[in-house]
Amino acid sequence: MLLRPFSLIDIDPIASHNDKRKLIEEIVTDSRRTLSSRMTSVPRGAGLKGYEMRYSALNLVRNAFSGHRAWPVAWRKAAPQASYDVVIIGGGGHGLATAYYLARNHGITNVAVLEKGWIGGGNTGRNTTIVRSNYLLDTNARFYEHSLKLWEGLTQELNFNLMVSQRGVLNLAHTPGQLESYARRGNAMRLNGIDAELLSRDQVAAMVPRLDCSDRARFPVLGGLLQPRGGTVRHDAVAWGFARAADQRGVDIIEGCEVTAIRRNERGVVGLETSRGAVQAKQIGIAVAGNSSRVAAMADLHLPIESHVLQAMVSEPIKPVLDQVVTSGATHFYISQSDKGELVFGGDLDGYNSYAQRGNLPIIEHVIASALEMFPSFAQLRLMRTWGGIMDMTMDGSPIIAKTPVPGLYFNGGWCYGGFKATPASGWVFAETIANDAPHALNEAFTLERFATGDVLDERGAGPAPWLH
Amino acid sequence: MSQPFRIAAGGRIERDRTLSFTFDGRALTGCAGDTLASALLANGVHLVGRSFKYHRPRGIYSAGPEEPNAMVALGPTDTHTPNLRATEIELFDGLQAHSQNRWPSLARDVRAVVDRAAPLVPAGFYYKTFMWPADRWMTYEKHIRHAAGLGLASTGVDAAATYDRRFAHCDVLVVGGGAAGLTAALTAARAGARVIVADERPTWGGSLTAAPTTLDGADSRLWIASTLAELTERDNVTLLPRASVFGRYDQDLYGIAVRRPDGSPNDAAPRETLWLVRTQRAVVAAGAIERPLVFANNDRPGVMLAGAAQAYLNRYAVMPGRRAVIATNNDSAYAAARDLQAAGVDIAAIVDARVEPARITIDGVRHIPGSAVVAARGHSRVTGAAVAHLGSDGKSLDGAVEIIDCDLICASGGWSPTVHLYSHAGGKLRYDSDIAALVPRDELATLSVVGAAAGQFVLDRCFAAGAAAGRQAVAACGYGATVIDVPVCDGQAATPPRPLWHLPLARGHKGKRFVDLQADVTVDDVELAAREGYRSVEHLKRYTTLGMGTDQGKTSNINGLAILAETLNDPIDAVGTTTFRPPYTPVTLGTFAGRETGKHFAPIRRTPLHDRHEQAGAVFAPAGLWLRPHYYPRGGVDVQTASRREATAVRRSVGLVDVSTLGRIDIQGTDAAELLNRLYVNGWSTLAIGRVRYGLMLREDGMVSDDGTTARLAADHYIMTTTTANAGAVMTHIEHYLQLVWPDLDVRVASITDQWAVIAVAGPNSRATLQRVAGDIDFTNESLPFMGLAQGTFAGVPATVFRISFSGELAYEVAVPADYGPAVWDALMAAGESFDITPYGTEALGILRVEKGHFVIGAEADGRATADDLGLGRMQSTKKDFVGRRSLGRPALTAPNRKQLVGLRPVDAAAAIPAGAQIVEKPSLIGPVEMIGHVTSTAFSPEREGFIALAMIANGRARVGDQVFASSPLTDTLVQMTITNHVFIDPNGERLRA
Repeated sequence: MLLRPFSLIDIDPIASHNDKRKLIEEIVTDSRRTLSSRMTSVPRGAGLKGYEMRYSALNLVRNAFSGHRAWPVAWRKAAPQASYDVVIIGGGGHGLATAYYLARNHGITNVAVLEKGWIGGGNTGRNTTIVRSNYLLDTNARFYEHSLKLWEGLTQELNFNLMVSQRGVLNLAHTPGQLESYARRGNAMRLNGIDAELLSRDQVAAMVPRLDCSDRARFPVLGGLLQPRGGTVRHDAVAWGFARAADQRGVDIIEGCEVTAIRRNERGVVGLETSRGAVQAKQIGIAVAGNSSRVAAMADLHLPIESHVLQAMVSEPIKPVLDQVVTSGATHFYISQSDKGELVFGGDLDGYNSYAQRGNLPIIEHVIASALEMFPSFAQLRLMRTWGGIMDMTMDGSPIIAKTPVPGLYFNGGWCYGGFKATPASGWVFAETIANDAPHALNEAFTLERFATGDVLDERGAGPAPWLH
Repeated sequence: MSQPFRIAAGGRIERDRTLSFTFDGRALTGCAGDTLASALLANGVHLVGRSFKYHRPRGIYSAGPEEPNAMVALGPTDTHTPNLRATEIELFDGLQAHSQNRWPSLARDVRAVVDRAAPLVPAGFYYKTFMWPADRWMTYEKHIRHAAGLGLASTGVDAAATYDRRFAHCDVLVVGGGAAGLTAALTAARAGARVIVADERPTWGGSLTAAPTTLDGADSRLWIASTLAELTERDNVTLLPRASVFGRYDQDLYGIAVRRPDGSPNDAAPRETLWLVRTQRAVVAAGAIERPLVFANNDRPGVMLAGAAQAYLNRYAVMPGRRAVIATNNDSAYAAARDLQAAGVDIAAIVDARVEPARITIDGVRHIPGSAVVAARGHSRVTGAAVAHLGSDGKSLDGAVEIIDCDLICASGGWSPTVHLYSHAGGKLRYDSDIAALVPRDELATLSVVGAAAGQFVLDRCFAAGAAAGRQAVAACGYGATVIDVPVCDGQAATPPRPLWHLPLARGHKGKRFVDLQADVTVDDVELAAREGYRSVEHLKRYTTLGMGTDQGKTSNINGLAILAETLNDPIDAVGTTTFRPPYTPVTLGTFAGRETGKHFAPIRRTPLHDRHEQAGAVFAPAGLWLRPHYYPRGGVDVQTASRREATAVRRSVGLVDVSTLGRIDIQGTDAAELLNRLYVNGWSTLAIGRVRYGLMLREDGMVSDDGTTARLAADHYIMTTTTANAGAVMTHIEHYLQLVWPDLDVRVASITDQWAVIAVAGPNSRATLQRVAGDIDFTNESLPFMGLAQGTFAGVPATVFRISFSGELAYEVAVPADYGPAVWDALMAAGESFDITPYGTEALGILRVEKGHFVIGAEADGRATADDLGLGRMQSTKKDFVGRRSLGRPALTAPNRKQLVGLRPVDAAAAIPAGAQIVEKPSLIGPVEMIGHVTSTAFSPEREGFIALAMIANGRARVGDQVFASSPLTDTLVQMTITNHVFIDPNGERLRA
């Protein structure tokens, strides 16, 4: 069954509650319809009552009486079949979202997602969970805004609480020049239909009481750019929610299955070799983030991508002290507080190229020093955990979601460190690109060819220097 | 001594030094050498905290960094440190501790109701609910956020909390100062190697101090003391107590957090120091951590690890209870029972899961083989243990449940080697079924694991392995062999443990069986996660939060993954383990920042003329690390008034501005001109000696990256000027090309920014001003024309004068050695006095350059503009190659609708132009609307008596004269504008050639 993808782009971002409710209801009705249609055809659903499938407060109570023994698996542990219409390589958020939207928007359900490890184990499970659409360039702004709008209804659509928490993303300005460039960006956002507010120092101080807005700081705060609809989403839940919803629509999610070769003939791709045997595929989509260069090389594609390690870290959990995501342009760090209470920090890349999912101390020292510069009262809190993820950095800081020179092979990657917030939109447009063998309007510009033609999307104006984006 | 549970003799405390402290306001006493945990136990205080999710009463569970329960806040409320483990806090006089995560009091915590509602809130419940109404999540979340978290962050900053950083190098880093570690250190030290030994405790000896041990026929204290004496004596050894080796990083760098002894708050030394130790070899002798037994209500205060009970007794002379039940699956708890019994604790029973006897027997104690404690009785303190016989599979019970009264349950589920640093280094683990533990699988090149950390639980093996590791390490570093006599000690193997990852529930004795005490994860949670498909150990961790607490699952890890393996019917090896991530134990944030706080966060760069600006009352603005005069508010006026006055002075008479911050690069060599040819878009072969030329640089992608003037001083000698912001980046860019791409060029470059003080003197009276200063430089137009340079003596100092102009006026830049800057500034101020010479700041500089239509890097050249976009397309030489040229041929760079540099004036001459506005054709403040360009710089022009702006507008040059709108929704302003040429004054450049 083919669903007409409704347009989300037309809805006013600062819509009233009613509009938002309507939007969510539309999405949910839509998904319920497809959910019920799938349930009749998925054999494993047989024998389970509908209420046991759905997540709700009522079902939590019902299951409590049976010791929660009736909950079904969130997604089946599928084994690879001989042949699929579409195989997505990479079981992160992007790959799973792509599979989900292939089924939901295009009725393509003979789909497998191949994941070498466990789903959501790459950057989906390693990011700092920030969602926002505060972009300057039109192409980026529209794409990420589409994503933010999808986030706003995704918990209900997937029937999985993703904890989409719009507590605001605040960029701090420390010089008049920075404030002016934030004004430029904020005005562009507003004129692209995205929410943005320019805040004075006093407004910033009132909003973020723990922030040191005094002149004691080395780089005193002058003001900031706020996107109220920005915020955080529970990252692991995104992988699980998409996996569960895609699985319910018949997608095979195959973990522990590493792709070792992409097979093709003169007409295009025909299948893959994996650690669990050969699989035929009419179309193949690559969504492997930090390993993009390695997987694309299996099809002799050489990408304008470098892999770098980016670290993130959390403090011990404390009671709420910070609502917003706060970033600083002068000191290169960002901070938020998770629902569990941990302060979550991030900063710059480690600098060197790497495929290792771990980094080194200089960046940690710098990020923490930056955090304490802005939030001196956090000095006695303690760092609990640090980790790293591999960033697929392109030469202009923007992603590639496109057809490739190999017929039947599609590429989604080059997310730099902005991939998480893009997850639903990325899946949405990548699914369409695969289904139609032609891009969606929102990813027309995210081509591979743009580096040859010069139509780059250099959001930061940093040039072909991946470590600067 | 009012410490009812303090034993009359023994321990390693200073009994005569009584220390006073408070816990939740209650005044108590302890002894020097106590931890807060041991002091609380000495006073019979067992209830010390509430758990994370269920708010269950919790006590002291361990005696070390693995403590999951006893978390307190330390210090006065406004500057306290939250989430500290009572087991790690050294007691000091006046210590104030508070319990956490409870309201209104520790004894009565209203959130404990969650414990009763537990069936409704299993693992991951929040993913299944709080979804409707759809706009209510933020409300639900607010409550969830307040319920979560542990302690409170202090509002103030503790002034005594200072931190520092230190770098060190050594041949051998030994982690852990117990039997194996000290032996390795001594072996390495005797060979002459540079050794650093770190241990997280304040005292040395490791597990030797937790139990009475005989070495060479004497108390182990003697061996520890003599070993330490020798290590202390040696110059090649550094001993670091209170030092947590928290992480291993690339190229054998170890991060160590070294604490100052607690209780010396007025000590001038930093509270904590980050040691960054680069070593050739590391010997990890970090010991092992005891595992809990997972039975019903195994979290009640009074349930304690057996090894911890033994440690409290032997280290601190504290009795953790009066009547104990020992629950174990291995031999180690027998030693604890023996010591407790000797100290007067009534051992009600030893309940051993094994049928075969332990190697140790204790007379007069009831021994219950093949059985287990299946539940603890009591609420805020243990009152008894429910004991039942285990079926042969370990998963069922046979026979009746017996209740044994007690106030202490000492549990031992075996020992987990501390393999964290080995894992940081990339080491993989294997499951050793003989000891039921994960141990290092492979040898690593530069790191060896010995002692209990390697699963060697027999003491004589630890000594031998320590000595061997020490010898191996020094040999690898090129030192000769040494001999060391290891002490003679107990070498008898224990009876193997019976793996027991969790215990079945007994009828009538239900209760939560905690796998992870801190994260409140139960057996049911793990099983639910497995049923729901969260079967990767990483999924299990993330879904249940197992091992994600501040103890990083030190006590829960293997039990959790073994229960998962059991549920899945997989071997433990196949389930694997989660990645151990640094830090091993939490490290204070301040430690990472060191001294780089406040104004010391980044260096402040001041120009050689900074004092003069201060004397002139300048208001400074940051420019990168630099401080530059923003404006000089004579008479306290605002920035607009001051900057307009300053700009007018330059246009009408003369002004001077400090431009020392511009980057300057000295370029010398026979290929210097060739280097410039390759870096800049324009040609340099024809530049005569004594002349200056403006140059434009591109990135590889063809976008303008920097600009500035370069002067030719001699045949092979040039001075390049860069923008302030890009001084470092341009230098790096040049070095990159010289080192990697053009190593054949005979040219050398050096940054000389800091060597010079440079003053720009601008305005129609600038020449007359310069001529009044004593010197031998001829400033006439003939001798020093526009874009010329002269060298000579000026104001008595050697100077180079460039005739260049940013303001558009007749102007000179006087460059002198940095130290002479103030004197030359003074000479210029004196010489220009009759012209009312006016210092001007960056704000006036901005007005002048906008009037003149000069673009700047960052605003107009924002990294997305080509030279042609900025109106300088014709500067690009067609006769040579240069960086970025290849990219210029790409179609998008010559596309018709690119944004081009233009000027803007408001249609209403009095209107102000909003900074950061976008240019639209449709007069709209509400999106979506098409934007055709954007305002890049705005200024009020005293010359034009109105606001002017520079802008980048699509196909702008062809649209001069068109009317558009500057739209700024952020400030709710919309201004109609006329597109103009970007040069607002003196378009033919007559003034600067005057």
